[in-house]
This record gives sequence, C-alpha cells and structure tokens, in this order.
Amino acid sequence: MIPLSSYLAVSSVLFVTGLIGVLIRRNFIIILMSVEIMLNAANLNLVAFSSYLDSMAGQIVALFIIAIAAGEAAVGLAIIIVVFRGRIATNVDQINLLKW
Amino acid sequence: MNFAVTDIGAVLPEVIVAVYACAILLIEPFLPKGRQEVLAYFGFAALGVAFYGTWNLMRTDLTVMNGMFVLDPFGNFFKLLLYVAAAMTILLSMEYLKREGIDRGEYYAFVLLATCGMMILVSASDLIMVFLGLELMSIPFYILAGFKRFEEKSLEAAAKYFILGSFSSGILLFGISLLYGLSGTTNLQALALHLRGAELQNPAWILAMILLVVGFGFKIAAVPFHMWTPDVYEGAPTPVTAFLSVGSKAASFAVFLRVFIEALGGIQSDWRFLLIFLSVVTIVLGNVVALVQTNIKRMLAYSSIAHAGYAMIGLIVGDSLGIFSLMIYMLIYAFMTLGAFGVVMLLRREGVEGDEIRDFAGLARKDRLTAFAMLIFMFSLAGIPPTAGFVAKFYIFMAAVNAHLTWLVVLGVVFTAVSAYFYLRVVMVMYMKEPDEAVQLSAPPGVVMVLAVAAAVVLLLGIYPSPFLDYAQEAVLKLR
Amino acid sequence: MVIGVDFVWLIPAFPLLAVLINGLVGHRLSERAVSVTAVGSVGLSFLVASATLVQVIADPAPAVTALFTWIPGGDLVVEFNALIDPLTAVMMMVITGVGFLIHAYSIGYMHGDSGYARYFTYLNLFTVSMLILVMGGNYLVMFIGWEGVGLCSYLLIGFWYERTSAIKAGTKAFVVNRIGDAGFLVGLFLIFARFGSLNYSDVFSRAGELSTATATAITLCLFIGAIGKSAQLPLYTWLPDAMEGPTPVSALIHAATMVTAGVYMVVRNHVLFDMAPLSLQTVAVIGAATALFSATIGLVQYDIKRVLAYSTVSQLGYMFLACGVGAYASAIFHLVTHAFFKALLFMSAGSVIHAMGGEQDMRKMGGLAKHLPKTATVFIIGAIAIAGIPPLAGFWSKDEILGAAFKHGAPVLWFMGLTAAAMTSFYMFRQVYMTFYGSARMDHDVEHHLHESPNVMIYPLIVLAALSLLGGLLLGFPPEEGWIHRFLGPVTGAQAVPAGRQEAHAIGAIDYILMGLSVAVALAGWMTARQIYLKKPETAGALASRFATAHSVLYNKYWVDELYDATVVEPSKGLGRVANRFDDRIIDGIVNAVGNLTQAGAALSTGFEKYMIYGLLNITGYANHIAAAILRKIQSGQVHHYAALLVIGIFILVNLYLWFFDNTTVALLLSRLSLNGGN
Repeated sequence: MIPLSSYLAVSSVLFVTGLIGVLIRRNFIIILMSVEIMLNAANLNLVAFSSYLDSMAGQIVALFIIAIAAGEAAVGLAIIIVVFRGRIATNVDQINLLKW
Repeated sequence: MNFAVTDIGAVLPEVIVAVYACAILLIEPFLPKGRQEVLAYFGFAALGVAFYGTWNLMRTDLTVMNGMFVLDPFGNFFKLLLYVAAAMTILLSMEYLKREGIDRGEYYAFVLLATCGMMILVSASDLIMVFLGLELMSIPFYILAGFKRFEEKSLEAAAKYFILGSFSSGILLFGISLLYGLSGTTNLQALALHLRGAELQNPAWILAMILLVVGFGFKIAAVPFHMWTPDVYEGAPTPVTAFLSVGSKAASFAVFLRVFIEALGGIQSDWRFLLIFLSVVTIVLGNVVALVQTNIKRMLAYSSIAHAGYAMIGLIVGDSLGIFSLMIYMLIYAFMTLGAFGVVMLLRREGVEGDEIRDFAGLARKDRLTAFAMLIFMFSLAGIPPTAGFVAKFYIFMAAVNAHLTWLVVLGVVFTAVSAYFYLRVVMVMYMKEPDEAVQLSAPPGVVMVLAVAAAVVLLLGIYPSPFLDYAQEAVLKLR
Repeated sequence: MVIGVDFVWLIPAFPLLAVLINGLVGHRLSERAVSVTAVGSVGLSFLVASATLVQVIADPAPAVTALFTWIPGGDLVVEFNALIDPLTAVMMMVITGVGFLIHAYSIGYMHGDSGYARYFTYLNLFTVSMLILVMGGNYLVMFIGWEGVGLCSYLLIGFWYERTSAIKAGTKAFVVNRIGDAGFLVGLFLIFARFGSLNYSDVFSRAGELSTATATAITLCLFIGAIGKSAQLPLYTWLPDAMEGPTPVSALIHAATMVTAGVYMVVRNHVLFDMAPLSLQTVAVIGAATALFSATIGLVQYDIKRVLAYSTVSQLGYMFLACGVGAYASAIFHLVTHAFFKALLFMSAGSVIHAMGGEQDMRKMGGLAKHLPKTATVFIIGAIAIAGIPPLAGFWSKDEILGAAFKHGAPVLWFMGLTAAAMTSFYMFRQVYMTFYGSARMDHDVEHHLHESPNVMIYPLIVLAALSLLGGLLLGFPPEEGWIHRFLGPVTGAQAVPAGRQEAHAIGAIDYILMGLSVAVALAGWMTARQIYLKKPETAGALASRFATAHSVLYNKYWVDELYDATVVEPSKGLGRVANRFDDRIIDGIVNAVGNLTQAGAALSTGFEKYMIYGLLNITGYANHIAAAILRKIQSGQVHHYAALLVIGIFILVNLYLWFFDNTTVALLLSRLSLNGGN
C-alpha cells in the first residue's frame, strides 16, 4: 500500500504548483486552471485521509468540492468571455484601470 | 443515517430564499423588458417570509442534519441582520439598475442566492458547510460585481474579485483538508472535542490554522489580504458594493467566530496573537491609507478595512462580552455603511460618476436632508457620540479592556482619532464648499427609504440602544 | 432632598426643542421667530437652572437622577443620568446665564446673515451639549457632551464657510480636539478597567483603592483630554485660529464655556487627581507655563480678537495652575469671573468690529471712544477686571490663585503667574489705547460710518459689565472664604490642603503682601501700556525694531503652527502616501526583478526627499502634487501583486508563529516533524 506521506507529497506539490501558477502566469485561463489545481490538491488530501482514517466524510467532501469547482469554473469562464469581448484581452495584467 | 422531516423546518428560511431565487430565474424570461423590477418584490417577499420564519425560530437552539447545521440565537441574529441588509440592497438597486440600463431580473436572484449562502455560512456547523456557504455567497458576488457588463471598471472588478476570491477559497480548502486529516472529522463540535485539553500534536495544525485565517481574513478584508477591497468596491455597481461590504463581511465574521471560538477555541493561545497582529496592521493601514483617498468608494473601502480591524478585537477577546461586542459592531456597521453607500448613489447622475469626494461639494445646499444623513453616517463611522458608531466602538474597547488588552485599546482609540480626519473631510466638503453647479439631485423612493431607515437606526442605537443590546446579549449567552 | 431633581432635565430639553424647531423649519421662519425660539429657550433654561441652584443651596448633597438606561447588561450598566451638586449648579448657571446674554447679543450681531437659523441651531445645540457635559453623572454621558461641544465648535468656527481660513480653522480645532479626546477616552477605559463602573459616585467612593501609579496614568490621560479641550500647551494652537467664527461664538464657546470644560473635568475628578501628586504637578506646571507663554504672544498681536484669544489661553492656564496646587474652588471661581469679563471683552470687541465694518486690525483703529462711548466704557471695565485691579472681579480670583500657588510651596510657578499677570495688564491696556484712544487711523469712509451698536447688543454688555464689576466681591469675598468657596466646599472638600496652610486660614500678612504685589504689577503693566501707546505712540515701533528678533518671534507665535505642520501634519499625510506606496510599490518590487527594486528605492528616496524638503517649507500643495505624480507612475492595480501579497501574508503569519510563539512548543513541534519525516 502506498504510504500516506506519498499522497501528501503529491498534493503539496500540486498545491504549490497551483499557487505559483496564479502568481506568475498572466493568462486568465491558465490562472483559472491553476486555481483548479489547488482545489484538486485539497481533494487529493481529503480522499487520501479518508482512506487512511477509514472515514467516509472526506470522500463526500471531495464530491462536494468537485461540484463547487465546476460552478466556479463556469462563472469564471463567463467572466473571461465578457472581459474578452469588451477589451480583446485575455491577459490579467492588461486589466489595471482600478488602482489606488 | 437518521434524517428527520423536522430537520427541514430548521432550514426552512434557507429553503425559502433559495426557492424564491429559482422562481425569479424561471419567471424572468417571461417578463417583458422594463418590467423586471416586479422581481424585486419577489425578493422582498422571500426576505420577508424568511424573516418571519427566523423570527419564529429565534429562541430555538438545536443542531440538525447530523450536526451539519446549527440553529441558534447567534446565527439567527446574523440572519435577521442579513435579511435587512439584503432588503436594503434591493431597495437601493431598483432605480439604479434602470438608470444604468442593466435592469435584468436575475440580479435579484443573485442577491437572494448570495443571501442564502451567507445564511448557510452563519449556521454552518461543519467545515464542508462552511465551504459550501462561502462559495454560494461568493459566486453570485463575482457575477454581481461585473453586472455593469458594458463598463470596463465593473468587469475588471469582477475579474479581480473572481481570481483572488477563488484563490483564497483554494487556500482555505487546503486548510480544511489538513484539519480533516489531523482530526478525522469536519464537524466543528467534534473538532472542539478533539482539541480539548490536548496539546498540538503536529505542526500541520499550525499550517491548517493559518490557512483558515487567510481564507477568512480575505473575506473580512483584513490586511494583508485586503488588496482586492478598494478595487472591487470602486468598480462594482454601488448597491453591490454596499451589500459586499455589509453582508459578506458580517457573515464572514460570524463564521470566522464560529470556527475559531467554537471549534478551535481549545488552541486559542495559538491563534490569538496572530489575530492581534492582523488586527493591529489592519487598523493602522486602513485608517492611514484612507487619509489620502479622493474617491469616496475607495475611502469607504479603506474605512471598511479599518472597521474589520476593530471588529477583530471582539474575536480576539473571544469571551461572551467579546462575541457580543462583535455582533453589535456588525449590526451597527451594517446600517451606517449601507446609509453611506446610499448617499453615494444619490450623487450618481447623467455624465457624473458622483463617487469622487469633491462631488459632495455643497451637498448641504442642494439637499439638506441627504447631507444631514451623510453627516450622521460619517460621524457614526468615526465613532463620535451620540451616534451608534460610538456605542459599537465603546463595546469593542470595553471587551478588550476586560480582557486586559489595554494597549490594543489605546492603539484603537488613537487611530479612531486619526479616522475622524477623513470622515470629517466629507462633512466639510458637503457643508463648507460651494456647489459646482445647480443640479437637482434625483431622489428615488427606494434610496430615500434606505437613508431614512439607516439614519434613524444609527441615531436610535446611539441614543437608546438598550432593546437591541438586550437581545444580542441573550443570543450570546445561548452560544456560550 | 425634599423635592426630586428630575426637573433638571428641562434645562437641556428647552434648547434641544429649539434645535429641533430651528433645525427643521428654521429656514422658513422669520428672523424674529427664530430668535425668540432660540433665546427664549435658553432663558427658560436659565430660570430652571436658577431654581436648581436655590434647591442645591438648600441641600447641597449630591443628587442623581437617571433618565433611562443607556447601555444595559453584563458587567456594565451605563445610565443616562445627571449628577446635581454645587459644582454642577454653578456651571449650569454660567452656561445658561452667560449663554442667554450671548444669545441675546447674537440677535443684533447676526442680523441679516443668510445663515441666521443655522447659526442659532448650532448655538443652541452647543448649549445642550455643554449642559450635558456638566450635568452628566458618569464619564460616558460627559463624553457625549465633550464630543458634542467639539462638534458644535467645529461647525460654528466654520460658520462663514466662504472663507477658506474659517474652514481650515474649524477642521484644525476638531482634529486637535480629537487628539485630546483620544486621551480622555483612554482614561475612561482605564477607569472602567480598574473600577468596573463609570459612575462618578462609584469611582470616587472607591478611589482610595487606586495605587499611585494607576491614578497617575488615569489622570494624565484625562488631563490630555483637558489640554486639548482647554487649549493648553502644547495643543493650544487651535484656539487663536478659532477666532474665524462669529464673535459671539468666540465669546460663548471659546471664552466662557467650552474651553473651560477641561477645568471642570479636572475639578470634577479632583479625587483622582489628589491621589496622583505627579499629575497635579504636571497640571500646575503646564497651567503656569501656558499662562506665561501665551501672555507673551498676546503682547504683540494686532488682531483685536487674537489678543483676546491668547489672553483666554493664558487665563485658562491660571485655572489649571489653581487645580494643580489643589485650589479647586479658586479654579472654579476664576472660571466664573473669567466667563463674565471675557465674554464682555469679546462681545464689546465684536461691537467694535461691527462698527468698523468687519475690520479686526487694531492698527487701523484708534480714537473710537468718542464714537462708541458705551462700548468703550464696558470694554474698559472688562480690561480692568481681567488686569486684576481691585475691586473688580478678576482681581479676587486671580490673586487667590497666585496666593494658593505661593502658599503651596511653588514660588517659581507663582512668579510665572505674576509675570503673566503683569503682561496681561499690559496687553489689555495696549488694546484699550490702540482701539479707543489716540489718533484715528482708519479710512475716512469707515470713520464716517462708525455707529454705536443697537441696544439688543448693548444691554447684555451692560449686564456683563455689572457682573465684572461686582461679581468678584459678591461671590468670592473674603478671599478663600467667600460664598462660592463655602458653596463648593462639599464638592471640592477639604482637599489637598498642604501642611502649614490649615492654620493660616485667616488672612495673614503674607496674603496682604501677595495682594499688594499683584496690584502693583497690574498697575505697572497698565502704566507701561499707557506710556507706550497713549503718550508716545512712536515708541511702540521703535521698541519693536530695537528688539526685532524678539518681536518677530512673538509676533509669529514662536512659529509653533509651522513647527506642527512640518513635524506632525505633513509626516502623517506622508505616512499615508508611503503606506499606499507599500500597497503598490513594495509588492511590485518583490514580484518583479531585483533591478526594479533599486529603481523603486531611488524613486522612493527622491520622493521622500522632495516631500521632506517641501514639507519643511510647508508648501503643502506642491508636495501633494509631486507625491501624487510619483504614485500615479508607480501604482499597479495588478491582480498578481494582490495575490502575491496574500501569499506573503501566509509567510508572515507562519514566521510570526515561529518567532514569537513559545519556543519550547515550536521546538517540540519541529522535532515531531523531523521524526515523522524520518518515519
């Protein structure tokens, strides 16, 4: 059986990948994907813990999160489309009208 | 799994609000354009019925749905506050949407859905419910922030809020997953049991705790997780900004408190000084940066940041007086902020954004009552008696003194004095500058009603707050 | 008490009613209706206050009456209550009595002003707040009044908002007052922390439990509040600027009542102050220093109202000196007589300004006595009273304070007070001679239009002149055993009488010597002024040029305003900008390349330098402009930076935990971590 620490290592790597992705990527869609990666890192954690703790809760939570993430992604894509239509821009650093 | 039909009764207000929201979405396509404000009355109906329901459930104190959902006076207090805030938001919106050409029915559905999310949030007794409520609150807000979709600023606000909001949710969720792994449960009571008397077994606890602080800190706009606040407040449609700064903040504070006091109360010594640190930098930065703002919405954003810092003191204290003072603070903050944004909306007219402080010039000449209402809100925000803002600050500071955090009180009081400067500037501009042009301000009945109610409550709570305070006190005693 | 004291609520209720009437419908009423409402309400209050006074004389025991429970529940119940005792009664008489005269005077002074109803609304609101301040039976009610009077003062200073200087002065007054209020509020919380109650009765009865250190902390905080409100060193700068308001406002708020709130507060809390010798010493030293310092500035000012403003600051210094040496009754005595003659002086100065068509510069006056005989007479009475020449009011109270200071064993403070007294006499008579005697220096046009003020303005002056003449004798004779001392006795008690003073309660030789000295310096000041400004007006200019440096230091008020601007006001604005820059700039630097950082540093330091230089030069506008320009260039608005700050926040919190938390716990946790890793 794969030890818990391996799962945790993978999920940590995923989480940090997502984190860095949000920080350094300029493309809106890639940022969205990075956020999804972060959510999935949490999912992996939950499922792994669920298996090792012998409790179902974690898996249920993971299912919830998948559904929520879908909703979030839908809204996010919708926002991207409107921004894209309005400004012909998919890069986040091009939206900086609002500042101090 | 045991599931009682009576459990439905406990969540009835949430169900009602959600059902009405769906009904609005269904009816909306069949209504002709320009008649969409009928749906606003649907919103009022939903909130009214929910208010009635919560009012009747007021004194109940039970946990339903296998410990997922708790119905107690503490949550009900916040729910009542949220209904009022949502209803006032709808009142503010009706005329506004028409004038901006965005009068689409789903707006009201989103307001109700966000309200429903907040309601779940304040009643959540399980981390998954917390996350669910948080997302149900945030997603409609992403959309609402960009509701003026022909305006770049609004779209930008939506995009920024979405990116940062989902980013912080991801961080919060990772914290939740760690908590689950460490304790084997997501239930708040079970977590509390797990932590009782035990020392921290694993450094991951600290990480989990800090990730939760970040997630909630983002929602309440605590420094350094506040950066979205001014941009989103400025860009979003003004009624949405008002709702965001009132509803979202109140609900987030409620859940912040529930999670940290109820579940993580056992390790209070571990998170307390982190929150003190956040509170101090929030108070300092919020007040100081607000000094140099020229846009009223940005100024109110920094003011809202600073107020989050004050309210956090109640959370830091964490005893019954602390919780009580936090509840009072949120109640009073809600009314004065809604009122202030209402006045900002009145200044919006053809060709003029009306959200620069200089647009307030000579308001006292143009419209005495509006200017007077704004004066009340500004004084209240600055915490000057006999307005409610003073009572709010007084309680917070009193709680801190009781908890031997006198130095924090000194700091808070000093920065309250600083804050008088920028609130006063608005008053000065209104009363002591000549108006630029002789424009008659429009006075939509909805906005006027909000202003009247907010001003009356702010004065009433400042002069004779006893009944409200008694009620809140009772709610706290039940919680502890 | 035989009859209840509940009726005292009528005292603030009348003006409050007038506020509501004039505030809501005043702009539709005629001037006559507005003034009848406003002045009549204060008159009614005066009658009720007199009835209260009679009752308190009959039974001086303090009585508490509660209107409603303001803040309920838990550890703390705060009632909206009033404490009626001799001190309150005296203060109420001053506020409603002098207030009534000033209201009546305003009818004439403000006649024809476009903001007539607004003016009376504010003035009545002020009266209400001031009454609440002195009537309050606990600290919180007092604080409401305390903030209320500050607010009204702000509104009234900025009343003529067409003048930029008026707006600035109003804002300055409010902000400086807020600094003091912060101190007051902290003191209030300290009191609560120590006693668990905010009622005077609870606090004072248990004051003995305080340690000296706590008492010192509490009283110093309270005294900071008093410094702000009563314009003492170093927060006095707002009061001279406050002269931008209409003159009756200066008379009521900035001379007779509001600025004395600090004195009232110290006397009210004398039980706490008596526990803290260090605080008392501070009060005395600051009082004496302020008395002397502002008297020196008053010597060379040319604005008729500014002289009076500095004189007010100086007289308030005397009152604090009295508090500091434990002569609380004398402080209140001086407060009362000062209210009489300073209100008189301000209002007759207002009468002069009225006649001169708004001119306030004394260099453009002179010889007015023959045009304005009544005004001149009452002004001179006021001047003699403040100069401390017997038997007018000021002599009795001021001499008593000086005597108390001397007998308290503080000859230095006594000497400072005496010097200030000489200066007081000098600048007052300088003012008299420059304004009313000598050659007329105004334009012929103005001279032609000179007219005595209407009776509605003159009658209040005559009443006040009578009070200034006789008030001292009636209230405070014989010294230290007068009516007011016996009346206030139950409040101020047999307090803080230093050893060696008890037996010398009868007037001894030393008292006569001190009195003689006081009179002598007062007369000396008068004669000097007469010599310089009446006999040989040319000497004034010669003296000024001979002592050019000293003159310019004094004339420019020691440059304190400029100093504050450069050291406090500008940096705090700058802090705002820097913090803002932090939001945008610092994060930007971290996210982007290091090269950017050096550039950022350079930009920051340039900005700082420019800002500092300009701040010191007090070219505010330009500095703002530069800073804004720099900011506009470097601001971000970038989502990445926001997200980066969020992550940085996580690191900060983790590090905070590791650094500041109990090290053993951290070590334990870390060792576990490595163990787990090993597994």
